[in-house]
Amino acid sequence: MSKERERGMSVIVKTVTRLTVGLILLYGVYVVLHGHITPGGGFAGGVIIALSFINLDLAFGKRVSSGILSKEGTGVIEAMGALLFLALALIGMKYGIFFKNFMHPDGEPGELVSAGIIPLENIAIALKVGAGLFGIFLTLIAAQKFEAEKK
Amino acid sequence: MINEGMIPLFVAVPLAGAFLAALFKRLGWIPDLLGVLASLFSFCLSLHFILDTAPGASFAVNVGGWGSFPEVMGKVVGIRLVLDGFTVFMLAIVNFVALWVSIYAVGYMKRYTGRWQFYTLFLLMLAGMNGVLITGDMFNMYVFIEIASIASYALVAFGVGKRELEASFKYAVMGGMASLLILLAVVFLYASTGTLNMGDMREILSGTHYSGLVYLVFGLLLTGFGLKAALVPFHAWLPDAHPSAPAPISAMLSGVLIKALGVYTIARIFFDVFGFPHQVSIILLVLAAISMGVGALVALRQWDMKRLLAYSSISQVGYIMLGFGIGTPLGVMGALFHLFNHSMFKSLLFLASGAVEYSTGTRNMKEMGGLNRKMPVTGGTALAGAMSLAGIPPFAGFWSKLVIIVAAVQAHHMKLAAWAALMSIITIVYVFRITRYAFLGELKEKLAGIKEVPLLMRVSLIILALACILGGLVLLPQVRKMFLSPAVRVLIGMGGV
Repeated sequence: MSKERERGMSVIVKTVTRLTVGLILLYGVYVVLHGHITPGGGFAGGVIIALSFINLDLAFGKRVSSGILSKEGTGVIEAMGALLFLALALIGMKYGIFFKNFMHPDGEPGELVSAGIIPLENIAIALKVGAGLFGIFLTLIAAQKFEAEKK
Repeated sequence: MINEGMIPLFVAVPLAGAFLAALFKRLGWIPDLLGVLASLFSFCLSLHFILDTAPGASFAVNVGGWGSFPEVMGKVVGIRLVLDGFTVFMLAIVNFVALWVSIYAVGYMKRYTGRWQFYTLFLLMLAGMNGVLITGDMFNMYVFIEIASIASYALVAFGVGKRELEASFKYAVMGGMASLLILLAVVFLYASTGTLNMGDMREILSGTHYSGLVYLVFGLLLTGFGLKAALVPFHAWLPDAHPSAPAPISAMLSGVLIKALGVYTIARIFFDVFGFPHQVSIILLVLAAISMGVGALVALRQWDMKRLLAYSSISQVGYIMLGFGIGTPLGVMGALFHLFNHSMFKSLLFLASGAVEYSTGTRNMKEMGGLNRKMPVTGGTALAGAMSLAGIPPFAGFWSKLVIIVAAVQAHHMKLAAWAALMSIITIVYVFRITRYAFLGELKEKLAGIKEVPLLMRVSLIILALACILGGLVLLPQVRKMFLSPAVRVLIGMGGV
């Protein structure tokens, strides 16, 4: 397993992944941005985004995915996502209420830009969940590698 | 200037501190500073609410402005945060202990790697506890219970040794079970009342005959919160989990976590929402009597200092529940006063046992002895905590136990009063084992080279010891009117959510 992780999987898997991984990522971004008008949202979209990274990691080995996002990086992005969410909640207090929906309160229902700060909160959640899930994946993989070497 | 808009800051500031500590983990001292500052801020905010408002004033804020609308017959649709006398009483205790624990941790945690993880989890736990205290919404309370519990599972395993992991796993399984039961109870309550807001729920339930579903909810909630509070049939996780955590976390877990997640929630829901039904009173009294007895008797046989204190926590939670179970104003006051005292002396004793471990490297009392000569501050403060726990007259613990026993006598629970008095004698016995074997007697040869703990740790110990010595002053009319009586009035049904 550990050797396979260095080199990645077979040519077939790599080719299919190369074709699909961008679409998966794009779909995740779509789910996040349309979270307030279609099913899904920050959490679901964040999971899909994390899955695209996990897909890369499994198919191409860890060097490719860690070149894009390291474990340290996931920690930073996760904390930033949480702080962004909290900051949006606290900025609402400036307008009177915790979590006040202070942007575009007069939007047309169904339009993309119609829900004030909720899309921004979805983005914050997606950062937190996506980075957090990928970080958990990297941690578990590291533990598995450690156990494989011990055997 | 009092502004009810400041209530969410009790959660927001520790949460921000937690994630900032994760962000600035590379800068050595920033996480420590964030831990102290966030808990200092929360403590100052709770003091501000105690000192600058009329006693018993109650504040409410609807998150995001989602209050009640005529379309839903005036029920509250969003999350309402409520701060009344009982909440502010608990907030002051939790954040006071958290402040001194975080200052102690600056010295103590130097031995561990990954200190930023400690502060992140610590502040998440604090945010969860503050959230449980200020929320007026059932489901929101469940969410905050989960935040605090999950952070505490990770903190119990912080040492990553075999024992810590085992204790943490046990704690996580039983805590997860408790959370599941609580969630199920919330679902049933929502099904039978159609609202999640505690105030609305009380209005809907009052005056009606309770259906069978509500009685099932009683059972689920008593089991779930009983597990969180470690009442006796549900206590098995506590003696493993509390000693395994690092000492500051042991102090937080025993000192305030079981009270915020278990005792506070039982009191809030059964007194404030359900109006304290008679059946619950009987169950609480029985559980309290068993807890007092089992905790104290098992503590007698422990040689591990922290394990002894953990069993003692079970016994003392029994006292608190006895006061609540009696249900008279005096009983409730005794329970709340004992809750305050227990937070002070139990966190002090856990911090002192951590200081002993820090200097000697052992928790086994057979290997200690004569530590008073080398560690006078630790020994002296531990003695103050022990006296308060044992209930020796001028110390705070005596007064609260006295109030509880007097309340039991007044309510004609003579056998329970006698049982509580007997168990407090046994408490004296196991408490004197700590002082006798650890701090008095001959200094062992291999301990000749030990030193007193660093300054910050000593400061925390001294402040908490002062709280144990002067805690009895809470009963003075001027202090009581501001601090204790508003909390009692909320629970016995004179103003609340």
